[in-house]
Amino acid sequence: MAMNVIYVLWLRQLKRFVRARSRIVASVGQPLLYLLALGYGLGPVFQKAGMGSYLQFIAPGVIAMTVLFTSIFSGIELIWDRQFGFLKETLVAPVPRLWIMVGRTFGGATVAVLQGIVLLAIGLAAGFRVHDTLSLPLALLFMALIALMFTALGTAIASVLSDFQGFQFVMNLLVMPLFFLSGAIFPLSNLPKALTILTSLDPLSYGVDGLRYSLIGAAHFGLTTDLAVLSIGAALLLFLASSLFSRIQL
Amino acid sequence: MNTEITVHPKLQHYGLTTANLDAVIDWYHKVLGMTVNRRSAVPTAGQHGPPFSAFAFISNDELDHRIVFFEIPGVVADPEKVHHARLQHVAFNYETLDDLLGTYLRHAGKTTTIKMLTTLLRPTSGKVELDGLNPERQPGEVRKRFGIVFQDPSLDDELTAQENMEIHAALYHIPRRDCAVRIEKLLKLFELWDRRKEPAKRFSGGMRRRLEIARALLHSPRVLFLDEPTLGLDPQTRNQLWNQVRKLNEEEGVTVFLTTHYMEEAERVAHRVCIIDHGRIIAEGSPNELKQQTGSQTLEQAFLALTGSSIRQEEASSVEQMRNFARAWRRR
Repeated sequence: MAMNVIYVLWLRQLKRFVRARSRIVASVGQPLLYLLALGYGLGPVFQKAGMGSYLQFIAPGVIAMTVLFTSIFSGIELIWDRQFGFLKETLVAPVPRLWIMVGRTFGGATVAVLQGIVLLAIGLAAGFRVHDTLSLPLALLFMALIALMFTALGTAIASVLSDFQGFQFVMNLLVMPLFFLSGAIFPLSNLPKALTILTSLDPLSYGVDGLRYSLIGAAHFGLTTDLAVLSIGAALLLFLASSLFSRIQL
Repeated sequence: MNTEITVHPKLQHYGLTTANLDAVIDWYHKVLGMTVNRRSAVPTAGQHGPPFSAFAFISNDELDHRIVFFEIPGVVADPEKVHHARLQHVAFNYETLDDLLGTYLRHAGKTTTIKMLTTLLRPTSGKVELDGLNPERQPGEVRKRFGIVFQDPSLDDELTAQENMEIHAALYHIPRRDCAVRIEKLLKLFELWDRRKEPAKRFSGGMRRRLEIARALLHSPRVLFLDEPTLGLDPQTRNQLWNQVRKLNEEEGVTVFLTTHYMEEAERVAHRVCIIDHGRIIAEGSPNELKQQTGSQTLEQAFLALTGSSIRQEEASSVEQMRNFARAWRRR
């Protein structure tokens, strides 16, 4: 029974994703700009600094960014959804809130991973090359961990916020710093001390690093650290989100 | 009270001009015999029609247990969470096997009452019961027993009518075999069967409402809550909706607990009225009883006689602000 409810809610989000094609295009726009404008724009400088191809470097970062944005928004969407959307219907259904939260979070995370795959495909078309096709499943695993972690984070935040006034706050003080301090657009080595500390505190850093390891075979923290930090982070945030979600009152 | 001639910028944004503003003010003047401060009175009037709304309640009298029975002595909702909710000494004492109808003021606490009955909000004191069960202690059991149509939309717009029904069936653990039959029956009753494969986003306001009601009835609830179901619908659609709801009330024996702005609707469809002002019950009885009690011709007059003519001034809550935003967005 639990599985059926979770499955139905998960499937609902996949259907929404597939049917709203315009939304897919819209959400790919921004990362695409980062990939192409930065990838090609900063390419020559990066090359001159002896760091190799910037497109190769930034593509995993941009994929991580897409997954981050999509997943955190699908979590935050809860604010809207519980007042004007379908979520209200599920909150009065005779099923534990935990199942609803799990179904919704997994659905959101799956959609975020699919967006990441779309970006990967676009990257490949733009000239990005994967070092080893066999490590693609590992890349998927990292996308899934990033997606779960940030869908849960978005859900946790949205469970506490009552309206959209806090939304801008979340955007500016959380999502953007998470992205910019993650090493998605610059290498983490030889940074000023303060930045080194900040970047190592950013959980997305480990996601970007893991993706970079699996896609281009270069890592800063190393595979084990990446996997451990992401798994523990995702588990903690899922736990937090489920306890906050089950306390939602309207 | 003095009249202020400005139209609130927010209202201009929603297409309310001085022209129709005047109509609203006229209405206040004629019906209530008073001059209105436009700035404060119109937000409610512009968006929700007349500044009061009715809380109607049709129930089936065949079986005692099907009828909502609840008592809320001194319920006070968390003021931080629910603005304007001052529910005090609200008690519906069900006495006879008569049908019940409640008429509340907007923000008098009706949505809050519904939320507390439907396990969405915890009362900070007092006791709420639905079908003999406590929503706080037995939320699962209570949730099986009611269906609800919220004031705000709760369909998944990307999904088809059929899919919306099927998700509901999964959430309420309705066996697959029974569910197909029941979905067909309800979609046919609400005249949506032919369009069951279309996504809900292509439906008109009336069709959405009908789909929401059909969905709320899928698990054969004992009580159906309708929170302002006819808000924003045209008279024909409202008329049709009421006919279908009454039919269901008779056929399925479901108690219908609803709110409406339109007193004439309350008078027509409901059997018993309960008027709440600022969280207190000030009158209860059948429409006829209330009319006799106040010597009025219509329920609307009775309502005004009971509640007085002063406009209740309400601040918009954050939900209200989001609702305005949603409304403006949908119009595009």
